[in-house]
Amino acid sequence: MCINREELVKLKQEMDETFSSFKKRVVLCGGTGCMSNGGDKVYDEFLKVLAEEGLDVTVDLKKEDKGKDLSIAKSGCQGFCQMGSLVTVLPDEILYTKVQAADVKEIVKESIKSDGVIDRLLYLDPRSEKKCKGVKEIPFYAKQHRLLLKTCGRIAAESLNEYILNGGYLMAAKAVLEMTDEEICRDITESGIRGRGGGGFSTGLKWDLARKEPRVKKYIICNGDEGDPGAFMDRSVMEGNPHGVLEGMMIAAQAIGADEGCVYVRTEYPLAVERMNKAIVQAEELGVLGNNIFGSGKNFKVWVMEGAGAFVCGEETALMASVEGKRGMPMPKPPFPAEHGLFGSPTVINNVETLATIPVIMAMGSSEYNKIGTKNAAGTKTFAITGHVANTGLIEVPFGTTISEIISDIAGGVIDKDGKINNDAFKAVQIGGPSGGCLTKSEWDLPVDFDSLKSVGAMVGSGGLVVMNDTTCMVSIADFFMKFTQDESCGKCTPCREGTKQMKSMLEDIREGNATPETLETLKDLGKNVQLASLCALGKTAPNPVLSTMKNFKEEYDAHVNLQTCPVGECEDLIEYDILGETCIGCTVCARKCPVDAISGEVKKIHEIDQDKCIKCGVCFDVCKFDAVKRG
Amino acid sequence: MSESVVDFDVIAKILQKHKNDPSKIIPILQDVQKEFRYLPKDALLYIATTLNIPPSKVYGVATFFSHFTLEPKGKNIIKICDGTACHVKKSGDIIKALKKRFLLKDKKVTSDDGFITVETVSCLGACGLAPVIVLNDEVHGDMTLDKVMKLMDDLEA
Repeated sequence: MCINREELVKLKQEMDETFSSFKKRVVLCGGTGCMSNGGDKVYDEFLKVLAEEGLDVTVDLKKEDKGKDLSIAKSGCQGFCQMGSLVTVLPDEILYTKVQAADVKEIVKESIKSDGVIDRLLYLDPRSEKKCKGVKEIPFYAKQHRLLLKTCGRIAAESLNEYILNGGYLMAAKAVLEMTDEEICRDITESGIRGRGGGGFSTGLKWDLARKEPRVKKYIICNGDEGDPGAFMDRSVMEGNPHGVLEGMMIAAQAIGADEGCVYVRTEYPLAVERMNKAIVQAEELGVLGNNIFGSGKNFKVWVMEGAGAFVCGEETALMASVEGKRGMPMPKPPFPAEHGLFGSPTVINNVETLATIPVIMAMGSSEYNKIGTKNAAGTKTFAITGHVANTGLIEVPFGTTISEIISDIAGGVIDKDGKINNDAFKAVQIGGPSGGCLTKSEWDLPVDFDSLKSVGAMVGSGGLVVMNDTTCMVSIADFFMKFTQDESCGKCTPCREGTKQMKSMLEDIREGNATPETLETLKDLGKNVQLASLCALGKTAPNPVLSTMKNFKEEYDAHVNLQTCPVGECEDLIEYDILGETCIGCTVCARKCPVDAISGEVKKIHEIDQDKCIKCGVCFDVCKFDAVKRG
Repeated sequence: MSESVVDFDVIAKILQKHKNDPSKIIPILQDVQKEFRYLPKDALLYIATTLNIPPSKVYGVATFFSHFTLEPKGKNIIKICDGTACHVKKSGDIIKALKKRFLLKDKKVTSDDGFITVETVSCLGACGLAPVIVLNDEVHGDMTLDKVMKLMDDLEA
């Protein structure tokens, strides 16, 4: 069964009519952050209270719902994770933050049954000290350019009808019915979009390579194996707008002539797996996926493959190996997947964000899209911003936005060790995860795009931004990333397998006080060799965090090696906690707070730390009000 | 550890669901692990025999991916996220404290009495709530050592 375009347009009209008959709409953020902050309870409470108040509510939009009082939707991640759970009331454009189940009654009474605003639930901007009513007034949102994420935060993630209400699948229909494969490739090339997965290769050109392959069987793969620690953009897109991803895949399939597609999702994202699967079933039932799509005689089917926990599978050849049921090890390129890919057939592998952006580009026109961003990097990019900032969350900005705009204006500034906003506490931002590098204060005004970041030894990567304040030890961070890449190295090529192991052990030496100045030289040399000689991007980029921290924080490495000390007190072998007998008043706070019971002592008597039990977490140091705990 | 008795009928059904297709080995192992909570050796042999591929290949795949485990897991599973965001918010201290509490070391992740498995995962994608732990599939965000120890006290009570 297939649906033709006229039927799709009619369905959209019906949804438009139904939707515009509602007086109000409530959108709850259904992202992981908000849900574990009590969002699921808020949702249930809404349904209960609305029923008690005798309001007729639709939870799953369909045309029979016309004339009901309001609609309620659980959307994908709205990005403002710090302030969850989030509740938006439309058409009034009110955004309530930190909503708990107990607040629901009041919201229904004030903002749904009437048009009031509850002041206490509005976001208070700590800078201007003003209450912000909606997204237009909140600096976190106002400074963003949300093209892709707009849909994610506005529609019910599991509702196909809401996607269609927003023009869903009309671009796929256009691609299938009106455009030739060549035209689609040209259009996407002209938009200037470059792959959002890390490499930054032109999406249109990539498609064109596969299009020109004279083979019958071709595949399109959506790479949702978002393994970078600190990145959750793809997860949010798959959870919040699964149909957008599917539509992008349909257009890509048209462009290269593929009839089969695979969405590869990492297993750590169970909700994304569930939503993608559900979206496929819905799209098949409606008839936009399957045989004879839009009556064109062309077929396209999609299946979901769950990853099994291997970071290297984000690399395209390793990903294909695992889809084929092999160990996920990369292959040398060429041949590129566009010639010889999955099961030997020409294959295009695009990242989730890239694919979900395709329908957006087609809807706005490629020349319009090209105007956003910078000359060599068109469009917007989503970033997951985390670490020591006021507003952690998911953001989208045009390429060319500076680091300071992102950290200070959007994320609300750096959080210092006392939990206060203080940009002076900024130490570094890690961009691009374990493949990327650290940027420092000197790059504070750097505009972010593919080339600018490359020039300073970092990369856009998939878009994780981890902000670190001055309590972070950069050697320890480099060690942390090295441990990650070393664990995840598949072991196929020697430079990566052995090189990362040796680099890791040198970093350990530095952190344990066993290094000499020569260790630093060897580490740097080895890092450069691993970059040059590794087979795939995992190895080629693995030394980046080490080399960039060595360059930018040389004095910190020197302190570890020459002075045998960790300036911020994180490297446990270089520090010890002791209680100063003359200052301790025996208040027992440290003993009670110690997570491993390493502190003993009676009330009003001097306490003592058992060094064998101590895990050097520093809790005693932090909780002592009398400065009686010494770190040294 | 004595090998548990494996119900081959269950595995046979899983294999049929995937049409005995050797390229579906990863989804097959995932389904088997869902059923038994780990991959028993007998199950791997049975899969290899049925699909007519060398057991070494099945073993190779099962040991390559970190999601698969050949050891039975504990009654409770706690996953501590050690992604970058959680790491800079001191998830390492939580890991250390838990390992100390349950007498675990390096590769030993399950306590001797089978009460708990303590795993670290590289990123759960809930970075906004860092540091994050997942106790028996329930996400707990903004964790402190205090809060984690309280959760463990409740779990043991």
